[in-house]
Amino acid sequence: MMFVPGNNPGMMADAHIYGPDSIMLDLEDSVTMAEKDAARLLVHNALKSIDYGTTEMVVRINPLNTPYGKKDVEAVVKAGVDVIRMPKTETADEVRELEAEILKVETEIGRVGETKIMAAIESALGVVNAYAIATASKRMMGIALGAEDYSANLKTNRTPGGAELLLAREQIVVAARAAGIACFDTVYSNLDDMETFRKEVELIKTLGFDGKSIINPRQIEVVNSVFTPTEKEITKARAVVAAIKEAQAKGSGVISLNGKMVDRPVVLRAERTIALAVAAGVIDKEEVQ
Amino acid sequence: MKNSIAGTLESGDIMVTIGPGEGLQVDLQSSVAAQFGRQIKAVIIQTLEGLGVKDAHVQAVDKGALDCTIRARVTAAAVRATGKDVWKD
Repeated sequence: MMFVPGNNPGMMADAHIYGPDSIMLDLEDSVTMAEKDAARLLVHNALKSIDYGTTEMVVRINPLNTPYGKKDVEAVVKAGVDVIRMPKTETADEVRELEAEILKVETEIGRVGETKIMAAIESALGVVNAYAIATASKRMMGIALGAEDYSANLKTNRTPGGAELLLAREQIVVAARAAGIACFDTVYSNLDDMETFRKEVELIKTLGFDGKSIINPRQIEVVNSVFTPTEKEITKARAVVAAIKEAQAKGSGVISLNGKMVDRPVVLRAERTIALAVAAGVIDKEEVQ
Repeated sequence: MKNSIAGTLESGDIMVTIGPGEGLQVDLQSSVAAQFGRQIKAVIIQTLEGLGVKDAHVQAVDKGALDCTIRARVTAAAVRATGKDVWKD
């Protein structure tokens, strides 16, 4: 998910060319208060006019308790945004409040139920309430960590190893999995240190995240290379899926493959590997059906 | 109507200044004026008419903006000039 400032039309027009899975047009922190009105109009018109292809379009709105939040909702829902990202989400009630605002606009334009919600968790209270937030609405498609505000709220600083974020990251992954939705990690802002960025992406993949937020097209290749399964992993996953199909044909739910037991959790992991490979375009969808 | 500005001089943007005028008068500066000047002016005028603005003097400095950006910047400048927002409160 690539962050793009909502008041930069040049970047908004070109962002999808680099091939991110999703683009998040930002109306919040990257836009000054004096330009909130202009950015809202830019984002509205861009969403209505620019062909972003299959790229998922997300807009980070301002909080509803500011003078900008409700107008942001109206502008982006009327433009047909895929997902609204709520900043600084701390409680399930805030999600329900946003849901009501979305429904109001959707009802007005006759497009009920189309707009999804992603909640950014950026405080200690948000982390504590992660599961309640994740399950607060049927529209909730994912939760995401916002590490800059979270670190400030914890009264600490971000470090290259990310020790200060470990609990929040694990809590967000667990809450998302328990709720059956996606989870996304925070941005890494130092574009001159791609090695630390790669390590961070490897860490968050290991923790179970579905993806990483990025701030520059240069970071896309690193995220894709870490998340795309290797040929060896794909071969192993295919063997697991084939073995379990054979076992099931014989009426068994478990089988041995190369001396190792293959049961349901192993199969689930293999299926995720194949799904990631399909999503990354390294194998065809038809091939695995 | 008061004088108002929206937009920047960055690539892909357009800076729009709107002030009082009689009828809709558009002065355009653009490096692509020869090819797209008429189209850019048409988008500016259509946007103002859609907002119900009948009298305004517009100065626009285009830096290769898409039509959607022109619409957004003209609307922002007009809203600032008239105080009438396009969104509900």
